[in-house]
Parts: sequence; C-alpha cells; structure tokens
Amino acid sequence: MEIDPFIFRLSIFILSIFIGYYVVWSVTPSLHTPLMSVTNAISSVIIVGAIIAALAGSSNNIFDTSSIFGYLAIILAAINIFGGFLVTQRMLQMYKKKKNNKK
Amino acid sequence: MISANLSAIFYLISGILFILALRGLSSPDTSRQGNYFGIIGMIIAIAVTFLSIGNFSTSIIYVFLLLIVGGAIGSFIAFRIPMTAMPELVAGFHSLVGLAAVFVAIAAFLNPSAFNLGSIGEIKLASLIEMSIGAAVGAITFSGSIIAFLKLKGIMSGSPITFVGQHYLNLILGITIFVLIFYLCRSQSESFFWTVIVISFLVGFLLIIPIGGADMPVVISMLNSYSGWAAAGIGFTLENTALIITGALVGSSGAILSYIMCKAMNRSFISVILGGFGADNSSPDIKDKQDKKPVKSGNAEDAAFLMKNASSVIIVPGYGMAVAQAQHALREMVDKLKKNDIKVTYAIHPVAGRMPGHMNVLLAEANVPYDEVFELEDINNDFANSDVAFVIGANDVTNPIAKTDPKSPIFGMPVLDVEKCKSVLFVKRSLSPGYAGIDNELFYRDNTLMLFADAKKMTEDIVKNLD
Repeated sequence: MEIDPFIFRLSIFILSIFIGYYVVWSVTPSLHTPLMSVTNAISSVIIVGAIIAALAGSSNNIFDTSSIFGYLAIILAAINIFGGFLVTQRMLQMYKKKKNNKK
Repeated sequence: MISANLSAIFYLISGILFILALRGLSSPDTSRQGNYFGIIGMIIAIAVTFLSIGNFSTSIIYVFLLLIVGGAIGSFIAFRIPMTAMPELVAGFHSLVGLAAVFVAIAAFLNPSAFNLGSIGEIKLASLIEMSIGAAVGAITFSGSIIAFLKLKGIMSGSPITFVGQHYLNLILGITIFVLIFYLCRSQSESFFWTVIVISFLVGFLLIIPIGGADMPVVISMLNSYSGWAAAGIGFTLENTALIITGALVGSSGAILSYIMCKAMNRSFISVILGGFGADNSSPDIKDKQDKKPVKSGNAEDAAFLMKNASSVIIVPGYGMAVAQAQHALREMVDKLKKNDIKVTYAIHPVAGRMPGHMNVLLAEANVPYDEVFELEDINNDFANSDVAFVIGANDVTNPIAKTDPKSPIFGMPVLDVEKCKSVLFVKRSLSPGYAGIDNELFYRDNTLMLFADAKKMTEDIVKNLD
C-alpha cells in the first residue's frame, strides 16, 4: 500500500516543530525582539502562494477575482519581507560588545 | 520551467536557511550572518516560484511592480521606525502576515486548479480543510494584531475591555467555526467559506480586547505563534515544504516566547488569555496605606551624590524608560559614572517593556554594550553586593511583596531583588501603583529614595549634577 503524500508533509511539519523548539530555546533572551521580527519576515514566505495565485489568471483576463487576491497578498507579504528583514538587520547592527581599548 | 521535484528540493533548502536564520540568534555575534541566511532563503523561495510557473502572461509585470511597491513601503517603514515603537511595528507586521494568509486561502478557494487542488465545487477534501483552517487562523491573527497594534500605539486604551459572557461568546464562536468548516466540506458552498472568515475576524477582535497593556508581551508572542500556524496551514494547502517548515518554526517560536513571558509573570497562559488583569487599580485600600506611610523623596543632586560615592550601580530599566525615551540620557549618565571608576551593570526582567527583549533593543540603540546587560537569573544575586540600584520606569518587577505576601496578585512572580542593595533610587512620576494595581512596598523602605520626575528629565538632571 502506498503512503499518502500528506503523511510526508505532516512528518516534515512535526519534525520542524521539534527543530523550532530546540533552536528557539537556544536564542539568547536579549535577542528576543529581533527573533520576533525575523520570524515575521520568514513567515511571509507565504508570498509563494500569492505569486502562484496572481500569475494564474488567464492571459485574456489577468484580473479575475482570485488573482486580485493574489496581487493584494503580494503587496502585504512584500512589505513584511522587506520590512522584517531590514528592521532586524538594523537592530542587530546595534548589538555591540564592549570596546576593549576604552578604559 | 523547472520540474516539481527540483523546486521541492529548492523549497527544502530555503526552509533550512530559515532554520539557520533562527539558529544565528543564539548569540549577537552570529546573528547578522543568520539574518543573511534568512534573506537568501527568501530569495531562493521566490525565484523558484517564478521558475516553476514558467509560462508567464502579462500579469508578471504587475507582480514585479507590486513586489517593488510593497518592498519600498516595507523598507521605508524599517528605516524610519523609532526603536521605541518596535512592539507596535511587530504587531502591525503580524497583522499583515495574517491577512496575506487569508487572501492566499481565498485565492486558492476561488481558483483551485491553479494550485492543483481540484476544480471549483470539487476541491479535494484535505485541501479544503487545510485552507479553511489557514484562513481562519490568519483572520484571527489579523484582527487580533490590529487590536494589539492599536493598544500598543495608545490609540486604544490599554486597559482591558470586559463584558459579561465574553468567554462564552468566544467559545460559541470558536465552535461555530468548526461546525461551519464541517458543512463547508460537505457542501463546498462559498457562503460557508466567507462566513468562516468573517467569524474568525470577530474572534480575533474579541480575543484581544480583554487583555491589558502589560500582558502585551504574551499577546504579541501568541500572535507571532498564530501567524506561523496560519502559514503552515496554507503550506499544507499549497503542498509547499518551505511554508510548512517556516510555519512550524514560527509557530513554535511564538509559543515558546509566550511560555517564557507567562513564566516570568507567574501566570498561566489561560489566565492571560481570559484577560481582565489589572482592570481595577485604584482600590481605596492603597490610597489609605499611602497616606499613612512615610516616603523619602529626593532630587537629582541627592541621586548624583549617592551614585558618585558608590562603587557599583545596577540599573533596572522598565517600560517607563521606553515611554520617556530616556535610554540615551541613561547611557550618558552611565558613561559619567564609569569615568569615576564605578562599576555599572543593567538588570532586565523578562517582562520589562511591552514585548520580549524590548529593553535590550533600546539599550543596544543607546550603544550600551550587550555584555553589560544581564537577565534576571544572572544578576539577581549581585544586588546584595551592590551599593545603588537605579530603578527607571520599572515597578511591579521589583516589588518585594511577590516574595512575601501569598495574597498578592503577583505572589510567586520572579522579581529583581533591588531592595537588597544598600540604597535604591526609584525614578517615578508619582506614587501610583503599577500595572498589577498593587502598591510597591519598596517605596516605603528606609533605603529607598524616590525621585519624582519624568525619567528622561531626571536622568538628564543627574548627568548635570555628576560633573
């Protein structure tokens, strides 16, 4: 008997939860704010679905209802991707160690 | 056009890069590299999506145009936002992820053949369940985050909004969503799908309004988690590994943060969600007590004198510092103290501020080196050996009553042992109780000197007096 592909995806999902669990516990508490902004950015990989939806419109009608929702989702996800990664970068840039030459 | 198998491999790679992005955050040294991994992962995912579609219609122009527009808006926000506004920014971003998930689910529902999910009216059962769960969680994330955003931004009052039967209403609506999804699967009817989304928006709204301002660290983390589960739901619908991995990562990340925040307040997750905490903060009992007990108060000159003669000072920042934007003045004060060979460290309570790590970011912004900043468990023993504790904008997290009075609402919450210092300087605008609505015993201790002023103004005055 063949295994339903859904089971494979479910396995990936559950294993990823475990990975997430161990990885996130190792994040230092002082970086919890950047953690939130970067998780925000990466969850916007949902843009993948938005792009598929937007490009699915037939060539004589590229603005059917479904692709319009795709276009809207692209804007939202793009704001998040750029905003999320850049603001994380900006924050991480500020975390500096003590300068040793200063006494 | 690349094959489905090849693109699946690439999606897996981008999922792994996202794991590395989070892994990098285990230390500030590796964190920047981690962020680049995340960016590369995102570029791969987007590029592969374009390549796997192959035959483009003219709509690709619009797709790129919107990518650029969204990117420009996002970049603009990222560069302009002040660090003190980080909590509301994150809440705002969560709402966008939620709404994007809803839109993608709607698009998939209206045009299932584009996603290989069957045809209209005959969507595969599993896909239908996945997309409606994705849409429902996305909608809850969206409206919940909007409320959190408004509360954090101060447009909406931070105090809890409660009414009779609130929790029953939420419960009924929650059950309704499941019933509707069940009927949606049986009938494939569009109206059920729309109703699920509308009710979910309502649930998100009702879920967050009863939760007060200082519980926001939990709320933000929780919404973070929801946005992940919504993404995972959509990932299952689209059969996309990158989305499934990311959704699981983000979902568990948010859940862990919520857990850490609840633990730091010694409250159960359920009690935070049920809300209403800190609604009544003007009990006559407190007023009564305040009149009777003597309070020592001083000015900037006294504070400067005390600190100049100390050999070690611990700074305890809280939300008040963020409100007053006092972090730069604080850093200036610390520089002056260091010049006099005084040892200065910072002690941060996990729930100080309005989101996890809020204080750390503000101090980092003011150029405070991160190795001078310590978490509660790492520094709590040092208070007994220090001369001065400088509490700026924190309140409940220093209240010794959490250790002594089992009747107190914050009993059992881990607190910073500031009272063990030789002297405590407490910057506060008035004697009003903190968020928990209880009086801080610390105000009346012999070794406490209250500095009644705005945090920033007081710190600046102390700087002047340190010369």
